Amino acid sequence: MEFFERFAIPHPSPLIYASMVAIGLTLIAIVIGITYFNKWGYLWREWLTTVDHKRIGIMYMISALLMLFRGGADAVMMRLQTAVPDNAFLDAQHYNEVFTTHGVVMIFFMAMAFVIGLMNFVVPLQIGARDVAFPRLNAISFWLYFAGAMLFNISFVIGGSPDAGWTNYFPLAGTDFSESVGVNYYMWSLQISGIGTLMTGINFIVTILKMRAPGMKLMKMPMFTWSALITNVIIVFAFPVLTIALLMGTFDRQFGTHFFASTNGGMDMLWANLFWVWGHPEVYILILPAFGIYSEIIATFSQRNLYGYKSMVGSMVIISFLSFLVWVHHFFTMGHGALVNGIFSITTMAIAVPTGIKIFNWLLTMWKGKIRFTVPMLYSLGFIPLFTIGGVTGVMLAIASADYQYHNTMFLVAHFHNVIIPGVVFAMLAGLTYWWPKMFGFMLNERIGKWGFWFLSIGFVFAFFPMYITGLDGQARRMYTYSEATGFGPLNMLSFFGAGLMAIAFALIVYNVYYSFRHSPRNVGMDPWNARSLEWATQNPVPEYNFAVTPVVNSSEAFWDSKKNGHQLFKDKITKIHMPNNSGMPIILAGFFFIFGFSFVFSIWIGVIVSALGILGTMAYRSFENDHGRYISEEEIKETEKEYGGAK
Amino acid sequence: MKELFPAKQVIGFVFSLILTAVALTVYFLDMSFEMGITILLVTAFIQAALQLVFFMHAGESEDKKAIYTNVYYGIAIALVTVFGTLLTLIWGYM
Repeated sequence: MEFFERFAIPHPSPLIYASMVAIGLTLIAIVIGITYFNKWGYLWREWLTTVDHKRIGIMYMISALLMLFRGGADAVMMRLQTAVPDNAFLDAQHYNEVFTTHGVVMIFFMAMAFVIGLMNFVVPLQIGARDVAFPRLNAISFWLYFAGAMLFNISFVIGGSPDAGWTNYFPLAGTDFSESVGVNYYMWSLQISGIGTLMTGINFIVTILKMRAPGMKLMKMPMFTWSALITNVIIVFAFPVLTIALLMGTFDRQFGTHFFASTNGGMDMLWANLFWVWGHPEVYILILPAFGIYSEIIATFSQRNLYGYKSMVGSMVIISFLSFLVWVHHFFTMGHGALVNGIFSITTMAIAVPTGIKIFNWLLTMWKGKIRFTVPMLYSLGFIPLFTIGGVTGVMLAIASADYQYHNTMFLVAHFHNVIIPGVVFAMLAGLTYWWPKMFGFMLNERIGKWGFWFLSIGFVFAFFPMYITGLDGQARRMYTYSEATGFGPLNMLSFFGAGLMAIAFALIVYNVYYSFRHSPRNVGMDPWNARSLEWATQNPVPEYNFAVTPVVNSSEAFWDSKKNGHQLFKDKITKIHMPNNSGMPIILAGFFFIFGFSFVFSIWIGVIVSALGILGTMAYRSFENDHGRYISEEEIKETEKEYGGAK
Repeated sequence: MKELFPAKQVIGFVFSLILTAVALTVYFLDMSFEMGITILLVTAFIQAALQLVFFMHAGESEDKKAIYTNVYYGIAIALVTVFGTLLTLIWGYM
């Protein structure tokens, strides 16, 4: 019995017990459901072992939506708690755990997964490739991310959640002030999913550099692919810093080192420093793909080519470099002198310049265009003004001397939600709607989608704009309650109302999937949006091999050229296609990683050793495995293409 | 016969042996800490560059440009991170 005591939650509440029961029942329901409908075989063969970039992308996005639900539920709890003064819905400790979980889940397991999911699905199609460069590695990336996400998500029912904020600053996150295993969960879940992300970065750089269709020079890549390339370069250079910082933190917590301690020669600020050396590029890892998506969508629905292609690419390259030069602006108030703050103030403001260039390019793309107000375009149009407001408040925060007023207030919270929600979340929803027919062969309902957009946008404005005001009035972030005398009450209630509208928007978006699955027509053809780039030159939903014949390209809008300017995309005849085999090894490897992480969190060394042997064994197995892939025969391809109704 | 002899690699190998020997002097000779760490840092970075060029064949494929761009970018980021951190946490700290 003593062994099991460590799994008890240090700070239980009825809510958590209710969640335990709910999680248990859901798991049982899922297992019974799959068994009843006899889908285990299908699930294993078609999804769990797949190495197909499209299916991996879809699994990323399903996980991201689940995590959006989890993080969103946390957000609503926080808004509910602060809706009225002196509320007793959550206590201080519980509130700490909720905002920590909200931050980690939304950044690492929702936004990152959504971004990588869309890249997975779209990039190989946009460059005319059959898959990514290393399909098996891609599957490992996904399953490591999934293992990390699940490890983090069980923390609140087994052993207790981390409670030191998503930034996890030491010495608060050290064992002196965070005694429960919560922060260990933080370290290990991020470590495991971070390894997956790093491998994704390498995988996509190689894919984009080596596997483009004939004729597609670098400067003829569609803009989303460009943004993906730059993003993955940033991933490869930024994530190792996080890996090492997490490892040092783990050593501090579990092996008694003093890297981030305030005594014994440790340096507590070093964690904040390393965290943001990774953390600021991370912001651009999230936003650059979003910029790429907007570029595709705005060009398509303005029915004009993208304005300023070269300056778009150039500004992204500059952003990628500048993103590594600004990290200190996250802790202007922590005691360095005016010189340091001055330097990082200026670099931070400099980033607004290339970003501004991009905003003007989008506006000029729409100039005199025939704009169609579809759901993806609505999100893009909503993005421009809202994101600009977020950018302007960002420049306000960049002024180091003024930052002493804003630092760690709700003003900051309002700012980064103002860039992340209209920037990243809108882009993901826009991209999801835009590429939905490519994934599933039917369109999402426009009417419900528009309702979702308006609920989300208006909800966003109500939820976050009041925080600018309360923040300037001095409401600190991460405070679980406040007294009535502060006068923050009414504006926080407004915030809660906005959060409610956003929750309705989420429900509408999910309902839209169900509704469209039931009612949308399946005959959408190849090109439902009258789009421009290469991914629309193949069937919907995309067949396993992507393109029956490798396309030949001579511009960034090859498909548009083939429609309007008589460019011939497919010159060769159909021949047999070489494809990689499915493999169960990635999911098994990730399973071992999950056990490894879980055992490490609780310092169960026997579990650590056994699972480490499992990990090494799986990798050794891979080294000696002979897998040459398989061929799809010419007849089979012709048969598939005929079924789609378009023999070429 | 001349084409078959890997002259470049042999020179590289000898060179890396020399660098190792120079690094070893830090242990065997009596010198100040600053002197020693300078020698170690300099020889280490030359050694790394040597390995990359001679034995990992950085400049020998079509991807020469991409590889070197990546390396230079990585060096730039590393320098910014290290010196930025020193500036923030030590030199510029009040």
